[in-house]
Amino acid sequence: MSDARSPEALIGTPQYEEIGEFPVEQGYIWSTCSSVENGNPLFWDAVVADKITDGPIAPPTMLSVWFRPHNWSPGRTEPAVPLQVHFDLKEHFGLPEAVISDNTIVFHEPVRIGDVITSRQVLRSVSGPKTTKLGTGRFWVIDVEYLNQRGDVVGVESYTGFGYQRGTR
Amino acid sequence: MILDEVHQGDMLPELRYDVTASTIVLGAIASRDWRPMHHDHEFAVNRNGTQDIFMNTPNQAAWFERYVTDWTGPSGRLGRMRFRMLGSVFPGDTMRLTATVEDVTTDDADCGWASLLVTLSVDGDTKTDCSVRVALPTSEDDNPWKRRGNAWQP
Repeated sequence: MSDARSPEALIGTPQYEEIGEFPVEQGYIWSTCSSVENGNPLFWDAVVADKITDGPIAPPTMLSVWFRPHNWSPGRTEPAVPLQVHFDLKEHFGLPEAVISDNTIVFHEPVRIGDVITSRQVLRSVSGPKTTKLGTGRFWVIDVEYLNQRGDVVGVESYTGFGYQRGTR
Repeated sequence: MILDEVHQGDMLPELRYDVTASTIVLGAIASRDWRPMHHDHEFAVNRNGTQDIFMNTPNQAAWFERYVTDWTGPSGRLGRMRFRMLGSVFPGDTMRLTATVEDVTTDDADCGWASLLVTLSVDGDTKTDCSVRVALPTSEDDNPWKRRGNAWQP
Protein backbone atom coordinates (compact mmCIF):
# COMPACT_ATOMS: atom_id res chain seq x y z
CA MET A 1 0.00 0.00 0.00
CA SER A 2 1.11 3.59 0.10
CA ASP A 3 2.71 3.07 3.51
CA ALA A 4 3.83 0.18 5.69
CA ARG A 5 0.48 -0.29 7.40
CA SER A 6 -1.59 -3.41 6.79
CA PRO A 7 -4.50 -3.14 4.37
CA GLU A 8 -6.96 -3.47 7.25
CA ALA A 9 -5.40 -0.41 8.92
CA LEU A 10 -6.02 1.61 5.75
CA ILE A 11 -9.73 0.82 5.50
CA GLY A 12 -11.59 4.11 5.22
CA THR A 13 -8.46 6.17 4.55
CA PRO A 14 -8.36 8.14 1.27
CA GLN A 15 -5.28 7.29 -0.83
CA TYR A 16 -3.81 8.24 -4.19
CA GLU A 17 -5.55 11.58 -4.54
CA GLU A 18 -5.18 12.76 -8.14
CA ILE A 19 -6.27 15.95 -9.85
CA GLY A 20 -7.59 15.72 -13.40
CA GLU A 21 -5.07 16.83 -16.00
CA PHE A 22 -7.52 19.29 -17.59
CA PRO A 23 -10.84 20.93 -16.72
CA VAL A 24 -14.09 19.38 -17.86
CA GLU A 25 -14.57 20.54 -21.42
CA GLN A 26 -17.25 20.68 -24.07
CA GLY A 27 -15.27 18.90 -26.81
CA TYR A 28 -15.07 15.56 -25.00
CA ILE A 29 -18.75 15.84 -24.09
CA TRP A 30 -19.71 16.18 -27.73
CA SER A 31 -17.27 13.43 -28.78
CA THR A 32 -18.80 11.07 -26.23
CA CYS A 33 -22.38 11.93 -27.17
CA SER A 34 -21.49 11.56 -30.84
CA SER A 35 -19.89 8.14 -30.27
CA VAL A 36 -23.21 6.77 -28.97
CA GLU A 37 -25.52 9.05 -30.97
CA ASN A 38 -26.85 10.61 -27.77
CA GLY A 39 -29.08 13.51 -28.79
CA ASN A 40 -30.12 14.50 -25.25
CA PRO A 41 -30.65 18.28 -25.59
CA LEU A 42 -29.04 18.83 -22.18
CA PHE A 43 -25.70 18.37 -23.93
CA TRP A 44 -26.44 20.15 -27.21
CA ASP A 45 -28.90 22.96 -26.49
CA ALA A 46 -27.83 25.72 -24.10
CA VAL A 47 -31.40 26.93 -23.60
CA VAL A 48 -32.55 23.48 -22.45
CA ALA A 49 -29.46 23.12 -20.24
CA ASP A 50 -30.10 26.53 -18.64
CA LYS A 51 -33.71 25.61 -17.93
CA ILE A 52 -33.21 22.10 -16.57
CA THR A 53 -29.69 21.99 -15.12
CA ASP A 54 -28.88 25.70 -14.58
CA GLY A 55 -26.27 25.56 -17.35
CA PRO A 56 -24.35 22.97 -19.32
CA ILE A 57 -23.31 19.73 -17.65
CA ALA A 58 -21.44 16.60 -18.69
CA PRO A 59 -23.17 13.24 -19.13
CA PRO A 60 -22.97 11.58 -15.70
CA THR A 61 -21.41 8.41 -17.09
CA MET A 62 -18.36 10.43 -18.21
CA LEU A 63 -17.20 10.58 -14.58
CA SER A 64 -14.03 8.54 -15.06
CA VAL A 65 -13.10 10.34 -18.29
CA TRP A 66 -11.95 13.46 -16.46
CA PHE A 67 -9.07 11.89 -14.61
CA ARG A 68 -7.76 9.38 -17.15
CA PRO A 69 -4.17 10.38 -17.87
CA HIS A 70 -2.91 11.37 -21.29
CA ASN A 71 -1.40 8.49 -23.25
CA TRP A 72 1.87 10.41 -23.18
CA SER A 73 2.95 13.51 -21.34
CA PRO A 74 6.34 15.18 -20.95
CA GLY A 75 8.51 13.82 -18.18
CA ARG A 76 6.42 10.79 -17.28
CA THR A 77 8.45 7.60 -17.42
CA GLU A 78 6.04 5.13 -15.83
CA PRO A 79 2.61 4.30 -17.21
CA ALA A 80 -0.16 5.50 -14.94
CA VAL A 81 -2.01 2.57 -13.30
CA PRO A 82 -5.70 3.03 -12.56
CA LEU A 83 -7.11 1.66 -9.30
CA GLN A 84 -3.69 1.41 -7.64
CA VAL A 85 -5.15 0.10 -4.35
CA HIS A 86 -6.31 -3.01 -6.23
CA PHE A 87 -2.75 -3.69 -7.37
CA ASP A 88 -1.39 -2.92 -3.90
CA LEU A 89 -3.68 -5.56 -2.41
CA LYS A 90 -2.64 -8.16 -4.97
CA GLU A 91 0.98 -7.52 -4.08
CA HIS A 92 0.43 -7.42 -0.32
CA PHE A 93 -1.38 -10.75 -0.23
CA GLY A 94 0.75 -12.39 -2.94
CA LEU A 95 -2.22 -12.96 -5.24
CA PRO A 96 -1.08 -12.88 -8.87
CA GLU A 97 -4.51 -13.00 -10.51
CA ALA A 98 -7.48 -10.73 -9.97
CA VAL A 99 -10.85 -9.94 -11.47
CA ILE A 100 -13.33 -7.14 -10.91
CA SER A 101 -16.63 -8.83 -10.22
CA ASP A 102 -18.86 -5.82 -9.65
CA ASN A 103 -18.82 -2.17 -10.67
CA THR A 104 -21.35 0.33 -9.33
CA ILE A 105 -21.43 4.07 -10.06
CA VAL A 106 -23.43 6.48 -7.91
CA PHE A 107 -23.99 9.98 -9.27
CA HIS A 108 -24.15 13.01 -7.01
CA GLU A 109 -23.64 16.70 -7.93
CA PRO A 110 -23.68 17.29 -11.71
CA VAL A 111 -20.28 17.75 -13.36
CA ARG A 112 -20.09 21.13 -15.09
CA ILE A 113 -17.90 22.51 -17.83
CA GLY A 114 -14.81 24.05 -16.24
CA ASP A 115 -14.88 21.78 -13.19
CA VAL A 116 -11.58 20.26 -12.14
CA ILE A 117 -12.21 16.77 -10.82
CA THR A 118 -10.15 15.14 -8.10
CA SER A 119 -10.27 11.40 -7.51
CA ARG A 120 -9.19 9.43 -4.46
CA GLN A 121 -9.29 5.74 -3.65
CA VAL A 122 -10.72 4.37 -0.42
CA LEU A 123 -10.45 0.73 0.62
CA ARG A 124 -13.78 -0.23 2.20
CA SER A 125 -13.29 -3.89 3.11
CA VAL A 126 -11.07 -6.93 2.74
CA SER A 127 -12.41 -10.44 3.30
CA GLY A 128 -10.68 -13.37 4.90
CA PRO A 129 -9.49 -16.19 2.63
CA LYS A 130 -12.23 -17.51 0.30
CA THR A 131 -12.25 -20.26 -2.28
CA THR A 132 -14.19 -19.86 -5.53
CA LYS A 133 -14.11 -21.69 -8.85
CA LEU A 134 -11.24 -19.38 -9.85
CA GLY A 135 -9.02 -20.28 -6.90
CA THR A 136 -8.34 -19.21 -3.33
CA GLY A 137 -7.95 -15.57 -2.46
CA ARG A 138 -9.69 -12.57 -0.97
CA PHE A 139 -12.47 -10.19 -1.95
CA TRP A 140 -12.08 -6.46 -1.48
CA VAL A 141 -14.21 -3.40 -2.09
CA ILE A 142 -12.58 -0.18 -3.26
CA ASP A 143 -14.42 3.12 -3.73
CA VAL A 144 -13.13 5.77 -6.09
CA GLU A 145 -14.55 9.10 -4.96
CA TYR A 146 -14.74 12.02 -7.36
CA LEU A 147 -14.95 15.59 -6.09
CA ASN A 148 -15.15 18.95 -7.83
CA GLN A 149 -13.02 22.00 -6.99
CA ARG A 150 -15.60 23.09 -4.37
CA GLY A 151 -15.23 19.79 -2.52
CA ASP A 152 -18.66 18.51 -3.58
CA VAL A 153 -18.81 14.78 -4.25
CA VAL A 154 -19.85 14.36 -7.88
CA GLY A 155 -19.80 10.58 -7.87
CA VAL A 156 -18.50 7.37 -6.35
CA GLU A 157 -17.48 4.25 -8.22
CA SER A 158 -17.33 1.01 -6.23
CA TYR A 159 -15.33 -1.96 -7.41
CA THR A 160 -15.49 -5.43 -5.90
CA GLY A 161 -12.26 -7.25 -6.69
CA PHE A 162 -11.26 -10.84 -6.12
CA GLY A 163 -7.51 -11.47 -5.97
CA TYR A 164 -6.60 -15.14 -6.14
CA GLN A 165 -4.07 -17.86 -6.71
CA ARG A 166 -5.00 -20.35 -9.40
CA GLY A 167 -5.19 -24.05 -8.65
CA THR A 168 -5.80 -23.74 -4.93
CA ARG A 169 -9.36 -25.00 -4.83
CA MET B 1 -42.09 11.70 -18.86
CA ILE B 2 -43.31 11.86 -15.26
CA LEU B 3 -43.34 9.15 -12.61
CA ASP B 4 -47.09 8.45 -12.83
CA GLU B 5 -46.64 7.34 -16.44
CA VAL B 6 -44.27 4.53 -15.44
CA HIS B 7 -45.30 1.17 -14.02
CA GLN B 8 -43.58 -1.96 -12.81
CA GLY B 9 -43.24 -4.39 -15.71
CA ASP B 10 -43.15 -1.70 -18.42
CA MET B 11 -40.70 -2.48 -21.19
CA LEU B 12 -38.62 0.18 -22.89
CA PRO B 13 -38.51 0.30 -26.70
CA GLU B 14 -35.57 -1.76 -27.92
CA LEU B 15 -32.53 -0.17 -29.52
CA ARG B 16 -30.61 -2.06 -32.21
CA TYR B 17 -27.25 -0.86 -33.44
CA ASP B 18 -24.82 -2.36 -35.94
CA VAL B 19 -21.39 -2.13 -34.34
CA THR B 20 -18.38 -1.41 -36.55
CA ALA B 21 -14.69 -0.97 -35.81
CA SER B 22 -15.37 2.77 -35.94
CA THR B 23 -18.02 2.41 -33.20
CA ILE B 24 -15.47 0.73 -30.92
CA VAL B 25 -12.60 3.11 -31.67
CA LEU B 26 -14.69 6.29 -31.47
CA GLY B 27 -16.05 5.16 -28.10
CA ALA B 28 -12.63 4.29 -26.70
CA ILE B 29 -10.99 7.53 -27.76
CA ALA B 30 -13.94 9.67 -26.60
CA SER B 31 -13.59 8.06 -23.16
CA ARG B 32 -9.79 8.55 -23.18
CA ASP B 33 -9.16 4.82 -23.05
CA TRP B 34 -5.94 4.34 -24.99
CA ARG B 35 -5.51 0.64 -24.30
CA PRO B 36 -4.69 -1.16 -27.57
CA MET B 37 -7.32 -3.88 -27.28
CA HIS B 38 -9.89 -1.21 -28.12
CA HIS B 39 -8.26 0.01 -31.34
CA ASP B 40 -5.52 -2.42 -32.46
CA HIS B 41 -6.82 -5.59 -34.11
CA GLU B 42 -3.45 -7.38 -34.04
CA PHE B 43 -2.97 -6.66 -30.33
CA ALA B 44 -6.51 -7.77 -29.47
CA VAL B 45 -6.18 -11.05 -31.35
CA ASN B 46 -2.57 -11.99 -30.68
CA ARG B 47 -2.03 -10.60 -27.18
CA ASN B 48 -5.51 -10.68 -25.63
CA GLY B 49 -6.69 -13.76 -27.47
CA THR B 50 -10.00 -12.17 -28.39
CA GLN B 51 -11.59 -12.41 -31.83
CA ASP B 52 -11.22 -8.68 -32.50
CA ILE B 53 -11.07 -5.28 -30.79
CA PHE B 54 -13.96 -4.89 -28.35
CA MET B 55 -16.08 -2.14 -26.79
CA ASN B 56 -14.68 -0.69 -23.55
CA THR B 57 -16.71 -0.43 -20.35
CA PRO B 58 -16.96 3.41 -20.16
CA ASN B 59 -18.38 3.48 -23.68
CA GLN B 60 -20.89 0.77 -22.76
CA ALA B 61 -21.92 3.00 -19.86
CA ALA B 62 -22.43 5.85 -22.33
CA TRP B 63 -24.65 3.58 -24.47
CA PHE B 64 -26.72 2.65 -21.40
CA GLU B 65 -27.09 6.32 -20.44
CA ARG B 66 -28.18 7.25 -23.96
CA TYR B 67 -30.69 4.38 -24.02
CA VAL B 68 -32.24 5.27 -20.66
CA THR B 69 -32.43 9.03 -21.27
CA ASP B 70 -33.87 8.51 -24.77
CA TRP B 71 -36.78 7.05 -22.79
CA THR B 72 -36.95 9.49 -19.87
CA GLY B 73 -36.19 12.68 -21.77
CA PRO B 74 -33.76 15.31 -20.46
CA SER B 75 -35.47 15.61 -17.05
CA GLY B 76 -34.48 12.04 -16.18
CA ARG B 77 -31.48 12.10 -13.83
CA LEU B 78 -29.31 9.02 -13.35
CA GLY B 79 -28.78 8.08 -9.73
CA ARG B 80 -26.98 4.76 -9.84
CA MET B 81 -25.77 2.14 -12.29
CA ARG B 82 -24.48 -1.34 -11.49
CA PHE B 83 -22.80 -3.39 -14.19
CA ARG B 84 -22.40 -7.12 -14.62
CA MET B 85 -20.08 -7.83 -17.52
CA LEU B 86 -20.60 -11.23 -19.14
CA GLY B 87 -19.11 -10.95 -22.60
CA SER B 88 -17.60 -8.61 -25.18
CA VAL B 89 -19.06 -6.62 -28.06
CA PHE B 90 -17.11 -6.81 -31.33
CA PRO B 91 -17.23 -5.17 -34.76
CA GLY B 92 -19.87 -6.91 -36.87
CA ASP B 93 -22.17 -7.51 -33.88
CA THR B 94 -25.69 -6.12 -33.84
CA MET B 95 -26.11 -4.78 -30.34
CA ARG B 96 -29.60 -4.99 -28.85
CA LEU B 97 -30.55 -2.95 -25.79
CA THR B 98 -33.73 -3.78 -23.91
CA ALA B 99 -35.02 -2.89 -20.45
CA THR B 100 -37.78 -3.63 -17.99
CA VAL B 101 -39.05 -1.42 -15.19
CA GLU B 102 -38.53 -3.44 -12.02
CA ASP B 103 -39.79 -0.94 -9.47
CA VAL B 104 -41.30 2.54 -9.15
CA THR B 105 -40.89 4.33 -5.83
CA THR B 106 -40.82 7.68 -4.08
CA ASP B 107 -38.18 8.24 -1.40
CA ASP B 108 -38.26 10.12 1.92
CA ALA B 109 -37.39 13.35 0.13
CA ASP B 110 -40.31 12.88 -2.30
CA CYS B 111 -38.00 12.14 -5.19
CA GLY B 112 -39.49 9.72 -7.73
CA TRP B 113 -37.42 6.76 -8.89
CA ALA B 114 -37.67 4.06 -11.54
CA SER B 115 -35.46 1.01 -11.22
CA LEU B 116 -34.64 -0.65 -14.53
CA LEU B 117 -32.83 -3.78 -15.60
CA VAL B 118 -31.15 -2.96 -18.89
CA THR B 119 -29.68 -5.75 -21.00
CA LEU B 120 -27.17 -5.48 -23.81
CA SER B 121 -27.29 -8.61 -25.93
CA VAL B 122 -25.89 -9.89 -29.22
CA ASP B 123 -27.63 -12.75 -31.08
CA GLY B 124 -29.58 -13.56 -27.93
CA ASP B 125 -26.50 -13.76 -25.68
CA THR B 126 -26.43 -11.29 -22.83
CA LYS B 127 -23.16 -9.36 -22.87
CA THR B 128 -23.86 -6.90 -20.06
CA ASP B 129 -26.62 -6.46 -17.50
CA CYS B 130 -27.01 -3.03 -15.97
CA SER B 131 -29.26 -2.14 -13.06
CA VAL B 132 -30.17 1.51 -13.33
CA ARG B 133 -31.87 3.81 -10.81
CA VAL B 134 -33.13 6.92 -12.53
CA ALA B 135 -35.02 9.84 -10.99
CA LEU B 136 -38.11 11.12 -12.79
CA PRO B 137 -40.22 14.22 -12.13
CA THR B 138 -43.21 13.47 -9.93
CA SER B 139 -45.21 16.28 -11.59
CA GLU B 140 -44.88 18.77 -14.43
CA ASP B 141 -43.37 21.24 -11.94
CA ASP B 142 -40.82 18.86 -10.42
CA ASN B 143 -37.22 18.66 -11.62
CA PRO B 144 -34.86 16.02 -10.15
CA TRP B 145 -31.84 18.03 -11.36
CA LYS B 146 -32.63 20.78 -8.83
CA ARG B 147 -32.17 18.42 -5.91
CA ARG B 148 -29.14 18.94 -3.67
CA GLY B 149 -27.88 17.61 -0.35
CA ASN B 150 -30.36 15.46 1.54
CA ALA B 151 -32.96 15.95 -1.18
CA TRP B 152 -30.83 13.80 -3.50
CA GLN B 153 -30.46 10.21 -2.29
CA PRO B 154 -29.22 8.16 -5.25
